[in-house]
Amino acid sequence: MGDGLVQARDLRKRFGTFEAVRGIDVDVAQGEVFGFLGPNGAGKSSTMRMIACVSPRTSGSLQVLGMDPDRDGPRIRARLGVVPQLDNLDTELSVRENLEIYGRYFGLPRRHVRAKAAELLEFARLTERAEDRVEPLSGGMKRRLTIARSLVNDPDLLLLDEPTTGLDPQARHLLWERLYQLKREGVTQIITTHYMDEAEQLCDRLVVMDGGVIVAEGSPAELIERWSTREVLELRFAPEDRPAAADLERHAERVEVLPDRALLYTADGERSQAALHAAGLRPLSALVRRSTLEDVFLRLTGRTLVD
Amino acid sequence: MTALDTATRAAPGWARLLPGGSYAGRSRMLLLRSATASRRTWPAIVSGFAEPVFYLLAMGSGLGSLVGTLPGPDGRPISYAAWIAPGLLAASAMNGAVFDATFNVFFKLKYNRLYDAMLATPLGPVDIALGEIGWALLRGGLYATGFLSVMAVAGLLTSPWALLALPAALLVAFAFAAIGMAATSFMRSWQDFDLVTLAVLPMFLFATTFYPLGVYPRPLQILVECLPLFHAVELMRGLTTGAVHLGLLGHLAYFLVMAAVGVVVAARRLEALLLR
Repeated sequence: MGDGLVQARDLRKRFGTFEAVRGIDVDVAQGEVFGFLGPNGAGKSSTMRMIACVSPRTSGSLQVLGMDPDRDGPRIRARLGVVPQLDNLDTELSVRENLEIYGRYFGLPRRHVRAKAAELLEFARLTERAEDRVEPLSGGMKRRLTIARSLVNDPDLLLLDEPTTGLDPQARHLLWERLYQLKREGVTQIITTHYMDEAEQLCDRLVVMDGGVIVAEGSPAELIERWSTREVLELRFAPEDRPAAADLERHAERVEVLPDRALLYTADGERSQAALHAAGLRPLSALVRRSTLEDVFLRLTGRTLVD
Repeated sequence: MTALDTATRAAPGWARLLPGGSYAGRSRMLLLRSATASRRTWPAIVSGFAEPVFYLLAMGSGLGSLVGTLPGPDGRPISYAAWIAPGLLAASAMNGAVFDATFNVFFKLKYNRLYDAMLATPLGPVDIALGEIGWALLRGGLYATGFLSVMAVAGLLTSPWALLALPAALLVAFAFAAIGMAATSFMRSWQDFDLVTLAVLPMFLFATTFYPLGVYPRPLQILVECLPLFHAVELMRGLTTGAVHLGLLGHLAYFLVMAAVGVVVAARRLEALLLR
């Protein structure tokens, strides 16, 4: 047993005949922000539920905070903070009561949760809405309240399942800022997401999942370096003068032809663009950008991440 | 750290018999939650209290003036109001508990995902089942206390045994809540709740609430004698009129079994539904 907060070996989850998680190894260290990146149905949420001790594993080994979820579920859950994919706030209670009562589920004393709730309302910027019911809050506010609620027991490990799905850009950035603040305070976090920018912003290390297995692992920079090139040249052609893939491949390390555009993977986008021009190819538009995790995912699975 | 120690406190001994930490011994926190939530929904609670009183006024005083007296459980004649009041007491314990344990629980289970949120804490399915059934019981107990007070004021309690009608009503409420919650765990949509009405309404009307069992031919009597509300009515009528005999213990046993089956099935089903 290392000092990892989560350690999984050949972890599997089957629902009937469908195997959602097909043998994964995961190690999450103290203090890091670890990500599961993958499309819907990749097995991220099933993995998260197993780590959260609300879904028994089918086979393999799993240790969370040094304990076995099958045996010590309640003791582990006492030290976890969970932000589920869909908000499940208590709509019959006020914003403040949502925090206080939730704290009481952990067996925390009344005085402690009262002080903690006041502190978390500040953290979530919801102090002014403290006595309101939950229902009229905006999506971003509900999400912040859900995150605040997950912190009521000062968790050692925070599990965030798709924390910003469905939020507008402004609300996302405010949430990312709050999560970054938690990271600085040393809270270990596990995040699932199908947004590359979110994974790149937040995660120290991540695994890319597809079809229930891990297809790559590393820091965002490592993954990009290993599986992609420094730059990407995105080209759009008019349908009538779309060149053959072979004509493009001469000017790049690798080419992906998508329905609406071609991606040329190259160390120097500007130079490849000049070479194409010299060869007489005339795209409607050309854009040079840095590689992202989206490119890594495309390379590894042959599919785009968000369809 | 003291706070966390409290949070990870071990469950009581018997709960270790249950699989995978399904009981943290903290179901009273669900009562706290329900009590907090009910501060905003008190009109619904008041209406549950008023319903049997309305029936007592309409049937007991109105219809009762035509009926006159009926033979009580021990054969002595009692007023029609005194005869149906214990039936209404039993029915109100049933209605309050069933309503809470079916509609309210289904809403929390499927729409609020409230129990998913609770299971992310050390709470387990047994905490949830006991906590929710306990709340339904408290609510049923509140109605029973209110209705017994009305009966006392109206002079319909003719025996000191009537004091025991309150704990009996609590047991009846507990058993109906437990079975109701167990049944709810099998429901897929709101349409299935028509079945609840289909079970509860005929019981209310036909299980000797309003007239004696003797009006039925024997085969129908046997059917009625199987119904839980029949046993609740017999229990209440015996206690409020002072016709106490050992047979009442049989009715008590009926509800003890019903409550135990309900709790176990409800907890198991919650586990199967939520901890997949």
